[in-house]
Amino acid sequence: MSDALKEVPLGDNYGSIMKEGLWDQNVVFAQLLAMCPTMAVTTSGTNGLGMGLATTAVLVVSNILVSMIRHTVSSQVRIPVFVVLIATLVTVVDMAMNAWMHDLYKVLGLFIALIVVNCAILGRAEAFAVKNGVVASAVDGLAMGLGFTGALTFIGLIREFLGSGTLFAQASNLLGPSFAFLEMKLPGYGGALLMILPPGGFAILGFLLAGKRVMENRAAGRAAQNSAGTTPAAA
Amino acid sequence: MNLEAIREKIAYQPILLGTFALLASAALALASSATSEAIAAAEAKDLRDSLSEVLPAGLSDNDFLKDTVDLENKGKTVTIYRARQGETVKAALFKVAERGYAGDIQVLMAVDRDGRTLGVRVLKHAETPGLGDKIEIKKDKWIKDFDGKSLGNPAPEKWGVKKDNGVFDQFAGATITPRAVVKAVKGGLDFYAEHRKEILGEQS
Repeated sequence: MSDALKEVPLGDNYGSIMKEGLWDQNVVFAQLLAMCPTMAVTTSGTNGLGMGLATTAVLVVSNILVSMIRHTVSSQVRIPVFVVLIATLVTVVDMAMNAWMHDLYKVLGLFIALIVVNCAILGRAEAFAVKNGVVASAVDGLAMGLGFTGALTFIGLIREFLGSGTLFAQASNLLGPSFAFLEMKLPGYGGALLMILPPGGFAILGFLLAGKRVMENRAAGRAAQNSAGTTPAAA
Repeated sequence: MNLEAIREKIAYQPILLGTFALLASAALALASSATSEAIAAAEAKDLRDSLSEVLPAGLSDNDFLKDTVDLENKGKTVTIYRARQGETVKAALFKVAERGYAGDIQVLMAVDRDGRTLGVRVLKHAETPGLGDKIEIKKDKWIKDFDGKSLGNPAPEKWGVKKDNGVFDQFAGATITPRAVVKAVKGGLDFYAEHRKEILGEQS
């Protein structure tokens, strides 16, 4: 856990919590957490979207629960308590989905169990929920989850497009038949297999990280020019 | 004493941990008992759906999920589902597995009385996406090439991919995967031939 996790409680400023989660402290692109699910499921946009949404749901609930018990739990045993809490939560979600949303489970089922090992969940419990109120924690969970979803879907779409020449293949399995219009196929392109395989994932992530850095440096440079004389915000 | 002070006590820690472990177990037990029936029903439906996919319509009037016989195949127990019309077993459905390029490929197949395949589907595999996954019905019709084949048709030496002088297509860039599926289906037919009497429930 690097200094990316060094967190100043944001209190009730929901706007900045959302911005942190979606961009500044994005789970994948800034905190570099949850690399295991990121590499594993981003072979298509649909997979990334599914994993992201399932994680978001768990993240919101776990943040709320952790925030609720934050005064009862002593700092000495908080980690095992959070781990038990998150694992229980994920298992219950897994069973409930298997029982009552079986068709969705057949698509997402593989990912649900993976959420337990997603360090971003414990990371948010530690970095945010344990220090903040219930509503702020819920907003943080939502923001981090959506940021994660966005990142996974984006990487997934790029890998899918380069690797198999499709976009959102089998999206109707996940979202229902009315979303079939999302599915696109590039005619006459066989795809570069490498992009589907793990090395492709690392390569794409590397380019995206570099791209984000460049954008941030440019923005910081512009801010420094605009406010010449006053101290520029550290990027 | 306020909560802050109590929280620092040594005795508080195990009690807290124990309480949470207990609560978690209770939640899991509750969730498990609340969902187990629905999950079993959903899984039975899944199995029925996949079995119905390899079994041509109209071949059975029984509940073949309940009409099973367990037999030994290469040291593993295989459950055979029997589709009947009246008293006659019309088809046997069972799973076979063969090692592919990456892990086992699980194949579900239906065989009629005379040892002809009625349908074959790949249930589970970890083959290379884009190359080996053409064995899935969703990606390619290849798996339908097995329909109507039997141990004598094609001849035993022709039971292989074209590269091995057989009759089945391989895919560009992937030979090991189709080779494994061909071997699995052939193994399934051999298995059926060996145990035909037990599967059909006939006296020898």
